[in-house]
Amino acid sequence: MHPILKTILQRLGLGLLTLFVVSIIIFSSMQFLPGDFATAVLGQSATPETVAAFRKELGLNDPAVVRYIQWIGGVVQGDFGSSFSGRSAGREREVMELIAPRLWNTLFLAGLTAAIAVPLSLALGITAALYRNSLYDRTINATTLTTISFPEFFVAYILILLLATLWKVFPSLANVRPDTPLMDRIYMCALPALTLTLVIVAHMMRMTRAAIINLLASPYIEMARLKGVSSSKVILKHALPNAWAPIVNVIAFNLAYLVVGVVVVEVVFVYPGIGQLMVDAVSTRDIPVVQACALIFAATYILLNLFADIVSIVTNPRLLHPR
Amino acid sequence: MTISFIKMKQLVSTGKMSRRDFVQLSMAAGMTAVAGENLFNATARATPKKGGHFKSGLGHGSTTDTLDPGTWENSMVSDIGNIAFDYLVDIDTKNNVAPALAESWDSSDEVDRWTFQLRKGVEFHNGKTLDADDVVASINHHRGEDTKSAAKSILAIIKDIKTDGKDKVVFELNSGSADFPYVVSDYHLPIMPAKDGKIDPQAGIGTGPFKMENFEPGVRYSATRNENYHGESWFDSVEMLTILDVVARQNALQSGDVHFIDRPDLKTVQLLKRNAELEIDQVTGFGHYVAPMNVTMAPFDNVDVRLALKHCFKRDELVNKVLLGYGTPGNDDPLAPSIKYAIDPEPKHQYDPEKVKFHLKKAGIDRLKVDLSAADAAFAGAVDAAILMAEHARDTGIDINVIREPSDGYWSNVWMKKPWCFSYWGGRPTADWMFTTAYAAGVDWNDTFWNNARFNELLVQARSERNEAKRAEMYTEMQNILHEDGGIIVLMFNDFVTAHSKKVAHGELNSNYDHDGGYMYRRWWMA
Repeated sequence: MHPILKTILQRLGLGLLTLFVVSIIIFSSMQFLPGDFATAVLGQSATPETVAAFRKELGLNDPAVVRYIQWIGGVVQGDFGSSFSGRSAGREREVMELIAPRLWNTLFLAGLTAAIAVPLSLALGITAALYRNSLYDRTINATTLTTISFPEFFVAYILILLLATLWKVFPSLANVRPDTPLMDRIYMCALPALTLTLVIVAHMMRMTRAAIINLLASPYIEMARLKGVSSSKVILKHALPNAWAPIVNVIAFNLAYLVVGVVVVEVVFVYPGIGQLMVDAVSTRDIPVVQACALIFAATYILLNLFADIVSIVTNPRLLHPR
Repeated sequence: MTISFIKMKQLVSTGKMSRRDFVQLSMAAGMTAVAGENLFNATARATPKKGGHFKSGLGHGSTTDTLDPGTWENSMVSDIGNIAFDYLVDIDTKNNVAPALAESWDSSDEVDRWTFQLRKGVEFHNGKTLDADDVVASINHHRGEDTKSAAKSILAIIKDIKTDGKDKVVFELNSGSADFPYVVSDYHLPIMPAKDGKIDPQAGIGTGPFKMENFEPGVRYSATRNENYHGESWFDSVEMLTILDVVARQNALQSGDVHFIDRPDLKTVQLLKRNAELEIDQVTGFGHYVAPMNVTMAPFDNVDVRLALKHCFKRDELVNKVLLGYGTPGNDDPLAPSIKYAIDPEPKHQYDPEKVKFHLKKAGIDRLKVDLSAADAAFAGAVDAAILMAEHARDTGIDINVIREPSDGYWSNVWMKKPWCFSYWGGRPTADWMFTTAYAAGVDWNDTFWNNARFNELLVQARSERNEAKRAEMYTEMQNILHEDGGIIVLMFNDFVTAHSKKVAHGELNSNYDHDGGYMYRRWWMA
């Protein structure tokens, strides 16, 4: 078997094991949440009888182990169960039905942001390394550090003020619908994507710059210089291939953040993503939804890290052909 | 000259005169072009006309919301009741009950049997014709053992609901209630089509002016005109958006993404007012902030101590500092001025060091020391209000010791447990409802533990009294008793503050709920 394929399979197996452990942690931590759906939904009108009826209907009276096995058994078959809220006689809301459109929205926004942020930060990082310690380098560094230092909602407000209220370039709300055409969708998501770009660019750009500068001190780079290769070629052809491993790791980390951690941006721009769904589900103790969201987030981290590892292996001959 | 202007205005409002003609004629009449233009705009705006897509941005809504009216607990979903649905009765701008699906109603002499005559020829969005069975099923959805409806407790007064022919519904009550029509105006009780004696609460089908197009819980609700609507409405389509973040909400209004927002940030409303394209509305609702004293505990068991405390602080300063002016000082009467039978009891309670000294002397106390428990869970700014009150009271001979309580668990650990604390009432639409909820002897939410024999006697009498004048007299006496003797200090009434673009216009606003009583989608129009 090809060594890369073997590594991928090994990592996927380990990923599944991690996911299984995570599922146990998620499930048991849900048991520690004070109150339950019945009391959260019924509020002031929660009499002992109605709470008991609710708990029975939702199957909350079974022992935790039984409920866990039922849940994980369903998840393995792709069935995340049905939401506690919005139930009435003969009508249930499937968790996947709730999550799917919002997960798609979140992935779309993450993808759009990545399409802007990743090339931008690579370009900025490489040029900053090329002209290091110049005015250009310092300006880029100072600007990106400034934008990463502000809280996300503040960056969002500033962008809304400039680009939506004072100059009406983009809409201030990104409330996309499932049937919004692609171009409209991109236009509506411009401000949230821009906000997230400003928040993540610094991390990736500085890692690119640092990784390349680190290599520029190596003897083989000096050799390249001595044989008369231009400095841009030195960086692109000689330094960059060896710098991919740390850069890709940081990119993967930031992409994962774009999927799981953007609830503040979602709220400010009224973007129907998965973060707001999870926050609402936690506050009403809609446990099946919370568990499904948490599991999806865990899987995102595992997959993106796997991707980063594979890229580091593929780009590094010493890891690709171990002795 | 005046007569010709009135005629011109009429022509404009009926659409028979153009802007150009109007301005030219006004100039001929000696007005400047600008004045003529302004007059044209004002006149054209004041007349409702059909058309347009109305968008509102609301500070409510959650992904767990559902279309089942029994679960409605925020104004994003309760507004749906007035978009896609109708109620048996409406509440008008004067807080009177007005005909809706019921065109008239009448009661037995003991007011324990109410008959509602339904409007004829009303059609649901699915083509079904409204009849009495639909009303019975819609109300019964909130009654009975296994209902999870939030309206269950207010319907407990109903003994039985029956149909009498196709367009009459009869409610049998456990006891007389002259205000019963108000109960069926509750926003949880829209009328839905019945099938085999049951409604489908999640279907979203009603008789209202708009048909549901799309509902994404916690994101949006949109609806388009119902061409068969039995009444009047103006917009072609309406859309509600949940915008939880207050800054985002204000931005959406300013950038023109929505026409209306509720709950703007009171600290920055001044800045919104400067925008010439926006209009701020301010309506005194029923909601009020109170400081209930437990009259069964010392020193509050002494009526003179209570009266001294009612005079020891500056109420208008509380309104200015805590509500930033968006409210009205209270006068220890929990009925909002717009509620039927509400009076402004005399003598008005306000800051008066002489009266404090007089009452303290009468109570035989030299210098009064009391604890006041406060947390911002009671209302935003409660702790600041308590500190202000303590400052005011010090010079009058009362030392208020402010105890800062944790907000978490305030309603179970502090309210109705500590002798003097802060609380909030959303208010009720009738005097009887408010008094029965919080001031009748022994009821669950009587947070002052007040028990006044005369008041309780009048409460029962007034409930089933059909003579308006006698009823008014009784409620006046009750408000005076509560004002003088009660354990409640009504600090202030808070206003509903909303903002809208001048692209939409409206008439007089309702005060029973925010959003023009929930009626804005059917009453407002594009200017």
